[in-house]
Amino acid sequence: MTVGATLETSPERISYLRAGYTLWSWLTTTDHKRIAVLYLYSITAFFFVGGIAAALIRLDLATPGGDLLSNEGYNRAFTLHGVVMVWFFLIPSIPATFGNFLIPLMIGAQDLAFPRINLASWYLYVLAGMFTLYAVVIGGVDTGWTFYTPLSTLFANGYVVSALLAVIVVGFSSIFTGLNFIVTVHKLRCPGMTWSRLPLFVWSLYATAIILVLATPVLTMLLILVCVERVFGIGIFNPDLGGDPLLYQHLFWFYSHPAVYIMVLPAFGVLSELVTAAARKRIFGYWFIAYSSVAIAVIGFLVWGHHMFVAGESMYASAVFSFLSIAVAVPSGIKVYNWIATLYKGSISLDPAFLFAMGFIGLFVIGGLTGLMLAMIAVDVHVHDTYFVVAHFHYIMVGGAVTAFFGALHFWWPKITGRMYNITWGRITAALIFLGFNLTFFPQFILGYLGMPRRYHVYPPEFQVLHVLSSAGASILAVGYLLPFIYLLYSLRHGQPAGPNPWGATGLEWTVPSPPPKQNFAEMPIVTRPPYDYPIRDPMSRE
Amino acid sequence: MNGSLEIWPQQASGHAAQVDTFILAFTVLVALLAIPVGLLIFVFAIKYRRGKSVDRQHAPDRKVWLEVSWSVLPFLASLGFYVWSTALYFDLNHAPPDSLDIFIVAKQWMWKAQHPGGEREIDELHVPVGQPVRLVMNSQDVIHSFYVPALRVKQDVVPGRVSSLWFKAERPGVYWMTCAEFCGTDHSVMGGKFYVLTADEYAAWLARSGVDTSLAALGDVLFRKYGCSGCHAPSAGVHAPDLAGLYGRSVALANGETVIADEQYIQDSILLPQKQIAAGYEPIMPTFKNVLGEDEVIQLVAYIKSLRQASWRVK
Amino acid sequence: MSDQPAVHSPYLEAAQQREADFLGMYIFLATEIMLFGGFLAAVYVVRVLHPQEASETAQQLNLWLGSFNTAVLLTSSLSMALAVQLSREAKRRAVVIRLCLTMALGLAFLTIKGVEYYQEYREGLMPFSGGLNPLSKPGEQLFFNFYLVGTSLHALHLMIGIALVSVLAWRVARSETPLPRRAVTVELVGLYWHLIDVVWVFIYPIFYLAR
Repeated sequence: MTVGATLETSPERISYLRAGYTLWSWLTTTDHKRIAVLYLYSITAFFFVGGIAAALIRLDLATPGGDLLSNEGYNRAFTLHGVVMVWFFLIPSIPATFGNFLIPLMIGAQDLAFPRINLASWYLYVLAGMFTLYAVVIGGVDTGWTFYTPLSTLFANGYVVSALLAVIVVGFSSIFTGLNFIVTVHKLRCPGMTWSRLPLFVWSLYATAIILVLATPVLTMLLILVCVERVFGIGIFNPDLGGDPLLYQHLFWFYSHPAVYIMVLPAFGVLSELVTAAARKRIFGYWFIAYSSVAIAVIGFLVWGHHMFVAGESMYASAVFSFLSIAVAVPSGIKVYNWIATLYKGSISLDPAFLFAMGFIGLFVIGGLTGLMLAMIAVDVHVHDTYFVVAHFHYIMVGGAVTAFFGALHFWWPKITGRMYNITWGRITAALIFLGFNLTFFPQFILGYLGMPRRYHVYPPEFQVLHVLSSAGASILAVGYLLPFIYLLYSLRHGQPAGPNPWGATGLEWTVPSPPPKQNFAEMPIVTRPPYDYPIRDPMSRE
Repeated sequence: MNGSLEIWPQQASGHAAQVDTFILAFTVLVALLAIPVGLLIFVFAIKYRRGKSVDRQHAPDRKVWLEVSWSVLPFLASLGFYVWSTALYFDLNHAPPDSLDIFIVAKQWMWKAQHPGGEREIDELHVPVGQPVRLVMNSQDVIHSFYVPALRVKQDVVPGRVSSLWFKAERPGVYWMTCAEFCGTDHSVMGGKFYVLTADEYAAWLARSGVDTSLAALGDVLFRKYGCSGCHAPSAGVHAPDLAGLYGRSVALANGETVIADEQYIQDSILLPQKQIAAGYEPIMPTFKNVLGEDEVIQLVAYIKSLRQASWRVK
Repeated sequence: MSDQPAVHSPYLEAAQQREADFLGMYIFLATEIMLFGGFLAAVYVVRVLHPQEASETAQQLNLWLGSFNTAVLLTSSLSMALAVQLSREAKRRAVVIRLCLTMALGLAFLTIKGVEYYQEYREGLMPFSGGLNPLSKPGEQLFFNFYLVGTSLHALHLMIGIALVSVLAWRVARSETPLPRRAVTVELVGLYWHLIDVVWVFIYPIFYLAR
């Protein structure tokens, strides 16, 4: 594609990192790139908090007697792990960091549609985070991240309302982000950047944003109702007062199922970018991938009942939800075939980002296909609420979304920071994460089929070997997640300065300097070529 | 560390065997869909490694027939499994008419069972082999879930409703029985033993349980003690529905609907009498919610179930 | 001074900025619809599960005041729409008058709502009224509590709307929001106001007309 931007770094075009060194300049910024970095710091901090909770859980589960934590302590640990990882890490991770940073650059805009709302969303995130930490410090919550009633409304001993308020506030943060993305993609594309030339990363974030704005308010309303019931005792979910506990589940999963697509669609978008850049080849089946993202967003709203097959849902409703759940697996699955087909006759470089992409494909396929197993009701009746489900969603969330996040980090790090990191260490990390992850979670499929229920920290001794394998895997995984801290932070000081396009990839973000100047484009880009237009004429690659 | 390592659960019933067959067959499909992906990544990453000279001419970026096939064929294969699975599931919803009804009460943090012969158990359940058993379950507080992995069945027990689950255990043994829905502090330890006994063993167990009054007989006592017969006997001065032969009958309600009088209906009539008023009757029945314990409600329900037209008598 | 508003980065043209502002507001309204939609779905379920109790409770609500309030709110939407129309014609004083009228009608709505709540308190219908509650069945009290939650949430949104309209009226009066250059601001506030109206149009029948 022809680009009207110039690439020199004249003094007027100082990098966004250097345009103001004070803390105040960071805290009052409206630059989408700085807000992305603010988010990167915050979600990393919460990843640690959730990770520590996970470490406690896996340590406790190494012995069958639950010797490390008390019953209450364990319940609080897994609640914290779930709440923090879902709402404070996974949901914002790719959208609020890479989405914020890259969408304007990818579409040829100077910023998002509403820069101040962008900053507000970060502040709401931080405020919600403070509420959560407050709830943890004053004693914690022991309801599980799903807050099922009537346990959470009538019987739970923890600081449920504080935790719920935190989730309500972070919901607004999500909504603002989604709103911003939708308007940006509609209104701020540069000349020539038609919908058919949009990078698939942008398509997937667009689909994600639709879910963010439509699903989150339902959760907000539900949690308000739970708070009201808990504080005023009005019995919406209390059967003694005419209420129905299952109403809670329907409303909760109506949000929470689409929420899992919020977590995984951006990962799909990242994958499309990583695979095309690594193979230096056009994506196979652009339109299938673009439309399948939107299809997932839409069908994803229709499958919530598959979380309630044994909850007391009617037989016929369950059959319908089962069918739709199988349908929604199709657009997810075919993307994987498209990526593999992209590799065919490509020119593949085994950079860390690509290794993470490979890891994603392997782990997501297992996670997705076990999801298909769960959609079959006869199986679900056996493995619902067991470790089988835990393994399934960790394969997708961690093996999928978190791996993609790390892949994105390794791919766009030079662009965000202007530094190149040690490639070998990147590769080692990708391998460690893949191996550690499988060792941690594959045994859990077996545990689940054996009947080990979720949220148990006391279990029959015959299960111990599998649990120990899982905990051992978790320690390897922990090392894998900690390593990037070392070499990525090291690169900030000592890494080679990265040029504008170290990977030789297409995409408008690779045409601006690394790191980009405060004002993204000196001149408005004009796009004339299709997306992923490999081979590019002036690759500026490292070769 | 205990040396034994299980990797496959025991099969205590025919249904369990069917579920296992299903999942093994499905795993074959999963392997067919997944293994090519895994292989091809490696093959392509090596064959088309950057710097290697290999034929990269005419690399396709679109092949509609291929994309449609790899969408449609796996979907159709999954649909085949869908039909099989849904059939298995529908079976679970239709308990055979000759089932032995056992009442279960779930509460934080124990399972209480009451057998029709009056035997009671806590955190244990003894059932005879080869006999369909139907569990009729209530929760006293939060949502629990009755789960026996060896049977491959579970059912959430939701407060405010009567949940049921049926199975036919076919292999004598002792199995693990757990609560599968997070229910608070002691969720992890809310489990017990599920005993499947041969006919002899079961008879011996019944004899040992030392109970000489059945649930229904206990209910009979309560029916008089709490004055139910004062309104519900045919000779009573108050116009109240006759309960003889009620269980299983369809009842016309005041709002025009018709319902079947199942355990839920009978239990609601005792605890929430205003919920469904029978047509032609005034809503004057008081609630017994704060008067009766859970066990007593179960006994009364068992008694009313046992009432047949001819055997009605007031003592 | 041009009639067009200043164009802020990242926009290049006024029309682009204006369209983005409107699209953003429409998406925000969509989120509010999902918020109240979730609530109304829950209420609908309760109505289906307990039709008689819902009817009993609805009969306890003051249909006259509720209907009159509906008329008040609809009229406020009318005055708001007129304000929007006039803002495009730069008729500053007329706009301010209509915005003030909108605000006054909104306050009237809240006052009448307050009177209703007080009446309900006097009749012992509120959860903390004490004494004998005419709504004795569980489903009835539940439906009433839903009514309280729904109308309070609506009232909260209305208060925010009134605040927005009053600030806007102030700024228009003092030419800090020049017209017709910043007429878009009046339009966007108008959209929010109309949403509050639409939400009420659903809340009113599901509670008051359930009898």
